[in-house]
Amino acid sequence: MSETIALSQTRPSRPHVLGKLAAGAVIGLILFFLILPTLIVIPISFNSAPYIEFPPSGLTLKWYSEFFSDPDWMAAMLFSLRIAFFTTISATIIGTLAAIALVRGDLPGKSLVLGLALSPLIVPHIIMAIALYLFFAPLRLTGNFFGFLLAHTMLTIPYVVIAVSASLQRFDPVLEMAALNCGANRGRAFFEIVLPHITPGVVTGAVFAFVSSFDEATVAFFISGIEGKTITRKLFEDIDFNLTPVIAVVSTIIVAISIILMGAIRLAQNRTST
Amino acid sequence: MSSLDVSSVNPAPAPRFARLFVVTGTSGRYPPLLTAVLLLPLLLLLFFSFLYPVGRMLVGSLFDPGFTLDNYLRMFNEPLYLKVLLRTLWIAFATTVGAFVLGYPVAFAMARAGSRLTLLIAACVLIPLWTSVLVRSYAWIVLLQRKGVLNDILVGTGIVEQPLKLIYTEGAVIVAMTHVMLPFMVLPIYAALRTIPKELPQAAANLGAGTFTTFARIILPLSLPGVFAGALMTFILALGFYVTPALLGGPQTLMMATLIGQQTTIMLDWPFAGALATVLLVVTLVLTFMFRRVLATSRGFANV
Repeated sequence: MSETIALSQTRPSRPHVLGKLAAGAVIGLILFFLILPTLIVIPISFNSAPYIEFPPSGLTLKWYSEFFSDPDWMAAMLFSLRIAFFTTISATIIGTLAAIALVRGDLPGKSLVLGLALSPLIVPHIIMAIALYLFFAPLRLTGNFFGFLLAHTMLTIPYVVIAVSASLQRFDPVLEMAALNCGANRGRAFFEIVLPHITPGVVTGAVFAFVSSFDEATVAFFISGIEGKTITRKLFEDIDFNLTPVIAVVSTIIVAISIILMGAIRLAQNRTST
Repeated sequence: MSSLDVSSVNPAPAPRFARLFVVTGTSGRYPPLLTAVLLLPLLLLLFFSFLYPVGRMLVGSLFDPGFTLDNYLRMFNEPLYLKVLLRTLWIAFATTVGAFVLGYPVAFAMARAGSRLTLLIAACVLIPLWTSVLVRSYAWIVLLQRKGVLNDILVGTGIVEQPLKLIYTEGAVIVAMTHVMLPFMVLPIYAALRTIPKELPQAAANLGAGTFTTFARIILPLSLPGVFAGALMTFILALGFYVTPALLGGPQTLMMATLIGQQTTIMLDWPFAGALATVLLVVTLVLTFMFRRVLATSRGFANV
């Protein structure tokens, strides 16, 4: 048994051991290149020296307490969380309704609507940023919560549409028709039959929407104001003008939030698919 | 009299209403009106957040107040802006090549490795994808700046005597952008490689092909759809990328996106910024439309 596995893995023409080692080393180096920028911010955030130093000479939580006691950072953090939270709600509702219509509905021009809804994945964010800035600035809507809600819902809706559509394609419409035949109205059939079946897709879309709203930097940079500033806008400014270890703290927190949420979704997906 | 009115009016709309909204038909498809109602919030959102602002920008770049193409001609007449355009194409191209050279081996290893190793490689590909681009650009500053990690190592080991100027160069932008785009290259190639039946390379080997021949004549050609999808995705995203060139590039590495940003916030030349953005949008849309089949096969970004 183990022999057949070994055979099928090494393949008939055996590559040289040396070549294999070299290939492994090259791939290891590329993976190191991939993962290094994410990991390097963590030790710097705990470093006691006020300048960037690697490896760190001493450990401290000083920069964390500085971050949590700075009213500007806290205001930016809360503003970002509030935007991400309400963006998640609106993107999930609008995106789920749209995905149902796009997968199950009959309407001429449907594919055009799908293309338009997915376009924020391809269209450079700088274009949306400028267009929204030119739209909001004369109306004094920069730094405004509703301006952000509008922009971020549009930017994050593709993730909801993709995730919910994937779930819907696995859902058998006969179940819904059965519910309708048994006298349930559309609403009841949706909440009791369709929604429970597509919940994994809806949750996945919602988490993607939250993370991408919270991490979004380009549009947030342009439509932030002096008052309403997201954490990414504040981070952007400080990286450019005021490079302190607090930036590493903010980076570590942002990375932790994204990776925990996305990792959890990924693990849940793997569990349901196997 | 009034009760008669009600009874005569009521039955008529009910079936029509039912036909448009409730009746699903035998295939379980939703009728057009219900579909339209479900799509309405999305369409309103897209109109106010996307179509209207972009349309306004387009109009703003074309009228001053009468119709004019000056803002567009300026882009091609002034050598500085032409240079920015060419540099953007060059950096996007270099990023795509870099992402392919580094990404193919990773995708290949991911497709061939055992399940545990695949998981490890997948984590190394997905974790940077989930890391904010802003954070990754900051990390590259930490690594590349004058007193940064890389210069420390180079000077410490005596390879160079003076710290090198690494940051605010074209090289820094290309390296950092290659890093950002790598997952978009790896995932479609991996998806293509995984669909190659295991028997094919085995059959080639049985017929006497060596490792290299098997790769060059069987595996590589069959993975090309994934390569095209990844390369196209990388190129399109790199063309309009803002954050990394804004933070890691200097005045010498101005790209389309950073030029648009500069014209908007510093020069306050909004019509010209609108013209630049329109050109970038048209290029992106033309590429996407021309290669929509290739992109549809990738689905790489569904993994974001």
